[in-house]
Amino acid sequence: MSGFDELGLRNRRSVPLGSVPLEHLEAFRETVLRAVGDGWRLISYFGMPEGSLDTRLMAILAHDATGALGATSTVVGDEFASLTPDCASAHLFEREIAEQCGIVPRGHPWLKPLRRHPPDHLAPGREPLVVDREGYPFFRVKGEEVHEVAVGPVHAGVIEPGHFRFQTHGEEVLFLEIMLGYQHRGVERLLETESADRAVLVAESIAGDTVVGHGAAHCGAIEALARSRKTPRAQAIRGIALELERLANHIGDLGAIAGDVAFQPAASYLGRMRGECLNLLMTISGNRFGRGLLRPGGVAFDLPPAMVSEARGRLEGLQAELEPAARLMLENSSVLARLEGIGGVPREKCLELGFVGVVARACDVPRDVRHDHPYGIYRFSHIPVATAWAGDVLARALVRWVEARRSLEFLLEQLSALPAGAPRVVCGALQPDELVVAMEEGWRGEIVHVALTDDRGELRRYKVTDPSFHNWSAVALAVPGNQISDFPLCNKSFNLSYAGHDL
Amino acid sequence: MLDLLRIRLKQGTRTSGFPVAEPEFPERFRGRPEFDPTRCPDGCRDCAGLVPSGLVRPGPPATVDVGACLFSPDEAAACPNGAVTFTPDYRMASSTRSGLCSATGEVELARALDARTRRLFGRSPRLRSVAAGSCGGCEAELVALGNVVFDLSRFGVQFVASPRHADGIVVTGAVSANMSAALQATYDAVPDPRIVIAVGACAINGGPFRGSAEVGNGVPGDLPVDLWIPGCPPHPMTILDGLLRVLGRIDEGSSRSGPRAISPRSAP
Repeated sequence: MSGFDELGLRNRRSVPLGSVPLEHLEAFRETVLRAVGDGWRLISYFGMPEGSLDTRLMAILAHDATGALGATSTVVGDEFASLTPDCASAHLFEREIAEQCGIVPRGHPWLKPLRRHPPDHLAPGREPLVVDREGYPFFRVKGEEVHEVAVGPVHAGVIEPGHFRFQTHGEEVLFLEIMLGYQHRGVERLLETESADRAVLVAESIAGDTVVGHGAAHCGAIEALARSRKTPRAQAIRGIALELERLANHIGDLGAIAGDVAFQPAASYLGRMRGECLNLLMTISGNRFGRGLLRPGGVAFDLPPAMVSEARGRLEGLQAELEPAARLMLENSSVLARLEGIGGVPREKCLELGFVGVVARACDVPRDVRHDHPYGIYRFSHIPVATAWAGDVLARALVRWVEARRSLEFLLEQLSALPAGAPRVVCGALQPDELVVAMEEGWRGEIVHVALTDDRGELRRYKVTDPSFHNWSAVALAVPGNQISDFPLCNKSFNLSYAGHDL
Repeated sequence: MLDLLRIRLKQGTRTSGFPVAEPEFPERFRGRPEFDPTRCPDGCRDCAGLVPSGLVRPGPPATVDVGACLFSPDEAAACPNGAVTFTPDYRMASSTRSGLCSATGEVELARALDARTRRLFGRSPRLRSVAAGSCGGCEAELVALGNVVFDLSRFGVQFVASPRHADGIVVTGAVSANMSAALQATYDAVPDPRIVIAVGACAINGGPFRGSAEVGNGVPGDLPVDLWIPGCPPHPMTILDGLLRVLGRIDEGSSRSGPRAISPRSAP
């Protein structure tokens, strides 16, 4: 048996399941804890039934400096010693394992429901559990002048459902606890059980604003398991779609942040420009969010020369308009005064809890799958990683702005040199008994899909991790100490997905 | 300050001319699906199962359910005879569930509400959004309705912060087990008379999540839906068209007439 880091596992490169170490629980714990101490990151950690009563726990680790991935596993009965007290980034994964597999991570310091559903990956011989969907033990601050504010699940605007419980003293928030799960649709079970052509539609619906990101991760996992090799042209078109998605959302978020501090000009101009990006995605794919474009084997729609030059023209027009509109906002002292120092995320908490994407980069943690674990077009065309250091609302806005500009430059570059080739190749049956990890830098951050096949080449387990899974904890961390009236602004600066978290 | 004014002037007016002007869509836009029954005389008995949604119910004659359509290119590609195609028609909201089902993909477009309801809030309906087991895509298009291009508020329609202020609810999502109580409570909190609008394939029949143990298959049968708006997600123009029809602000005549006043850059 080889070590967890000797498997040759990389982003989108599958390995035989038999090569993944199967260790005793103690050794498994030691492997993971030592790896995390040595600079590896826990990027996925989940359970799946093994035999009739046991659960196999699988930990996937990433070494960003070298682009290596590692994996190890163990088999447990109805409980196991929690990693969380020694490795904080495991805390949500273990709550998830407890809920999905109906087993108990003993010693977990904050073992509460995560999405509030009955176990859907319970070992088949175990008694099904009945789950109280409403019962949730909120943390409470007691004191004479302390009061509690409950918000949601139905919100004041057009927002996905979630429940926020604030413990406040006057205007000041002392503690925020976020209860999610309202959008839980059973996505992982659907991905494991539906036919391949339906599964891709489910993957595109994990988070409706990250159709391309999750679609690409899903296709990447399936293609690796099927040994299907996309053409450079398909890779370039996928990169174009992913950066258009990023551009649309970053511009939209900047506009929404302007709206939340009542700076209407930028809110309305940027809101419209977000739409221009979505419209370009619709020109390419027939849908404003890029649905239908990415399919295993490549892309379902090619970019004919006339469309390429139209797209370039529209993006150049956008570039000319975007710069002054964003500067209007980011050079305005009354806007800056409202963004600076609000909703700070400390860098050490980011490292400890494993935040990803814009949130991590805004507190000087330069994590970016495109750079650290390059795949597809990003192996050939590099986008510099954008960081800021303050970790506050302004830092997140600045990272978005820099990334939007770089995505635009990337798009114009790709559109001027699109490689030749077929847009789509055949993607056949999946190899049996394999493990693959597909990572993607979606616009919010790191998306991880892990797929395992059984001895017939059917999907045995499909694990999805949206960046929001990690980053909701960053919201809960950033709000205390701020006024409750700044919560909408803080929340908007993260703009996390409820659907992506809830699955 | 001068910069503000200069950029404001440069931005100009970007609001769509809808409903006087017809919106324009790119060539690949997938609007209302159309079905040609003559291409498949056996009523799709053999192949309906190949379509990755509930779009085609086998017959004969086959039934096409636009409400179940996921507007995916795979739905058209699944038919070996090419009987399923997507048209550029963005109008497909109906007042009834059965209005979305036909032999050809034709939709019985929404009718105006009854005179009393329309008199009460026809000019300024206030809506409450309830997302219940969605992916967030339909909500994103509802939010887009508020931008300067679609500018929903120019028709007096607004999303409000409390069900107590609302004349109706807009439901998105397949209605997850964890949201069903909150959906019912929100509906109950809206004063009567009230309308219910189901937006998107999920709210209509479960969409891509249909069959999951964690969701119902859309808005539960005991909530009386007044407007069904298909799409995955529906284009903002599809939603706007449906809303204006149910409010009696568009009828067949007015949506087709008038000059095209939308420049390609600001087209939806």
